[in-house]
This record gives sequence, C-alpha cells and structure tokens, in this order.
Amino acid sequence: MMNNTNQLKRADFIFKNENDWKEILAKNIKRSQQVLINELISSELKGRGGAGFPTGLKWKLSAEAESEIKYVICNADEGEPGTFKDREILSLVPFKVLTAMAICGHVVGAKEGFIYLRGEYFFLKSSLNQAISEFEEYCKTIHLDFSVKIFMGSGAYICGEETALFESMEGKRGEPRNKPPYPAISGYMNKPTVINNVETLAHAYTIFTYGAKRFYDLGVQYSRGTKLFSVSGDTPKPGIYELELGMSLTDFVNDFGDGDTKAVQVGGASGFLVPRKRFAETNIGYQGKLTGISLPTGGSMMLFNSSRSMYNVLDNYLEFFREESCGQCTPCRVGCQQLWIGIKAVKSGEKNALYLEKLLRLSETMQWTSKCGLGQSVANSFSSIVENFREEMIY
Amino acid sequence: MDTSTTLIKNLADQYGRSRNNLLPILQSVVKQEKYLSELSMITIAKELDISASEVYGTATFYSFLEHQKMGRYIIRVCKTITCSMKGKNQILLAIQDMLKIDIGETTPDGTFSLLQTNCLGFCHKAPTMLINNDVYTELTPEKVREVLSGYLAKAKEGENDE
Repeated sequence: MMNNTNQLKRADFIFKNENDWKEILAKNIKRSQQVLINELISSELKGRGGAGFPTGLKWKLSAEAESEIKYVICNADEGEPGTFKDREILSLVPFKVLTAMAICGHVVGAKEGFIYLRGEYFFLKSSLNQAISEFEEYCKTIHLDFSVKIFMGSGAYICGEETALFESMEGKRGEPRNKPPYPAISGYMNKPTVINNVETLAHAYTIFTYGAKRFYDLGVQYSRGTKLFSVSGDTPKPGIYELELGMSLTDFVNDFGDGDTKAVQVGGASGFLVPRKRFAETNIGYQGKLTGISLPTGGSMMLFNSSRSMYNVLDNYLEFFREESCGQCTPCRVGCQQLWIGIKAVKSGEKNALYLEKLLRLSETMQWTSKCGLGQSVANSFSSIVENFREEMIY
Repeated sequence: MDTSTTLIKNLADQYGRSRNNLLPILQSVVKQEKYLSELSMITIAKELDISASEVYGTATFYSFLEHQKMGRYIIRVCKTITCSMKGKNQILLAIQDMLKIDIGETTPDGTFSLLQTNCLGFCHKAPTMLINNDVYTELTPEKVREVLSGYLAKAKEGENDE
C-alpha cells in the first residue's frame, strides 16, 4: 500500500503562542458583544467535546437570555475512553482557556466562571489554580470583573454530560436533566450558562487571535478548523495530534497504523467501530454519521490490529457503560446490564447466535428511549462491532 | 465532640452550608478520613440542614467517594480498553503478588488499598494507575514494584506526604 503521509494536514495552533494572552484579552474585551459573536459564528466552530453544537450560537443564545446572573463553565470532565487531549491543553496552555472564558463572560454578561475538573486530574489543580490567580490579577488591572473557580469531580463519567455536570456542581447525584430547557437559558443554578469543552475554548482563543477566516479556511465544509486527536491502541506513535478536519480514515491509518490495522474506534466507547473495509469511505468530521453522534468527547482514535479480539473490546466497553450509567432511566440502566450479560451468554453458547438480533434491537431501543447521550450512544459501538465482527461474538 | 464532628463543622464553616458545597465537603472528609462513615454523612446532613438520605444518595453516586475505610494509599489501576490491551492484568498481578491483597482489599496494616478504575486519560501511555492523586504511566511489573517500594519506604518512615 502506498504511504500517503502527506494526505494528513497537520496543524499547530493549540499548543503554540500562549504568551500573548494578555494582549488578546485586552483587545477583545474592547470589541462589542455582537462583533465577537459574529466572528465566532462565521468561523463555524463546533463543540469539540463530541456533540458538535455550533459554539457561536451557544454564546448568542446565552447572551440573549435575560438574567442578572450568568455563568461560564469549562467542561474538563474528560472521561471518554481513549481521550486525553483536554488534560494536555490545561497543562500546557491554561491561559488560552481562561482568556476564552473571560471573553465569553464579556459576551454573555457573566462574571463567574468554573472549570469542572475530573477527579482523576486532581494533580493538575494546583498549577491550574496558580494560573487562575495570575489571570485574575491581570483581569483586575484591565478592570474586567471575571473570576474562575475550579470545581472537582469525583470519578463519574456521566458528569461530562452538561446537565449532569450542573447537578454535580449543585451537590447532587450526577443525573442528567430533561432538555429543554437548554443550558444557555437554564443551566447551573437554573441560570443561563455557557458550557464549553476545554478544546472548544482553546479554538475560540485561536479565532479571537487570528480571525474567523484563518480558522474557517482549514478543514472542509461543515467541519471547519482543526481538531485535536487522541491516538492510542495499536499504533507506533500514540499521542495527541492537531489535524485538519475532513481527513479520510485510510489516510489516518496509513499514517498512524502499524501496518496491520483491523479496525479503528472513532469517538471513544460511545463512538463507532470502523472495520478496514470501510476506511476509504469514512471521513472524520461532523457531517458524516461518524463523529457527530457520540456525546461526551471528540477526537478519540483507538486502533486495533489483527491480534485483538473484538469480543473483548466490546466486553470492555459494556463493562464501562454498565458501571458509568447513572441508573436514572430504565433503558440505559437495564439495557447496559443486559447487553453485557447477553454477549457473554452468546459467547458461552448458553444462547444461540440469533440472540444477537435481540440484543441489537435492545440497543436500538436504548438509542430511542434513553434520557441522555450515554444510553443513546451505546448502540453506536454495540451495533458497529456486532454487525461487522459477528463471528467473533459467537466463536 | 469527636474529631470527625469537629472536622465536618470546620469544613462547613470553610466552604459554607449551602447544598452547592456538599461535594467539596464530602471530598475533604474522604481525604482526611479515607472514607465516609455513616456518622460523617449524618453529621454533614445536620450541618447543611438537608436529609441524611440526600447526602447518602450523593455520596454513593461518585466512585471516588469511598464509604468503606480505605488504606493510606489508594491504588487505582485503569481497566479501560487501551490499558487492558497493553497489559493491565500483569500490572494487577504484580501488585497483588507484592502486597498480598486482592482487588477491593486493604493491606492489614492499612497502608494500601487496591482498586480498579475506568479510563484515567493516559491511553497513549498505557498501562496506567493512580496512587492517591499521582499518576504512573507506561507501567511494567518491574516499574510497579519499584514505585510500590518507594511508597512502602515512605510508609515505614511515617512520612507525612498528604
């Protein structure tokens, strides 16, 4: 096979040029709310947590909401299996995130910001707090009334779901709320809240630094800009890479595979497994069905080579989901358990192969009836693995 | 007042008594006492003037809020897909062999507890584990033994590192 390494368009925005944050902040808070919102909307930046909601629209809705008190929250509850980019951003360029939060505060009229940091990343807290105090000091000198506090999570994947995150911050079980109302209107403490993924805020910084056009010119239609990819599994070069959106999976595997790639999991355990025969037709971006649906994080790319059993992979995902389901709604609570028990029964021969059809129907029911993205997205990996590697589930 | 009650009173003074402060208070009690006893949960409920079942409901939701007495060092080995593929079981065996405890158990001297956990966010450096708040990556059985020896030595000296 030809090695088309030039096909992947690498970029280097996120981890570069953090030092001019003071200038960027001072300059942008002098611009009008409307101008900033328009800039963000015309960049076509979409949420980098995985759900892909247009960021500019989020800010606009919150700006239009009427309330004395509003909040800006940075979602750093990075928990999707195979995702580790947000930690890197907060370790290496925290001021970009803080600056974007403050600009957001200026746009929507919020004076308080929070970073919801997952418990597993506690070791980041002290350096992040140091950055926050330096940041707040500077805000005072330019007469910007904006503060940031860290709120620590305690080991619950579901709290990456935005409304579960609000519940958690309010001192409750991390159980997702019904939507609507959406966070932009009624979020934390039922106040209008902008909640953005860490990486989304870092891209907003890029846009406010270089202008919307520079960002828009990268990527492809509907999937503008760059994205951080967390690459792991059977690859000679695991790590974090910033790439332009819209690449084909063939090009990705040619660059990152070990020559024996059997399948790639795109979007973590809540995303899709793509078998080799589909690499060529699969592009990475928001328009295709491949990344837009997975909810909690984006950019997880896990490679599996021919030595891996897809049964073991699915077993591992289902064990993850049954432990991390909040248990609030029945389709997800019972469904995750039953899928997990079900594939074991098929594998052991206790149930015959036709039982897989029942399980597929169950996962589809979960997709339609679960309350939040967790239960809705279990079917993504479940059906893509069972349908493409059926024989591995049985024998 | 016993020490636990005093601790909780102080924490409530420090963080405030609104419901929003429940999680930070629970986290601080776990940090100090290594778990949430029934008594602590009831005391917290009284301080915040909410029902004890609300505190219990919240506390038992989060996997890092233990309600069983844990050792001084809590080892959490990542069991999610990449770590599992890259030799998590060998790491567990090395720990079990060295500390003579199974998953979910605590050494009799109360130094170590061994748990498994979901994705720690270091898949590119698998396999990984947390010991209290510190991450150890690209583990091998040799490396694990070395790390644990360091903690054992610390525990022997009675060094206070928290």
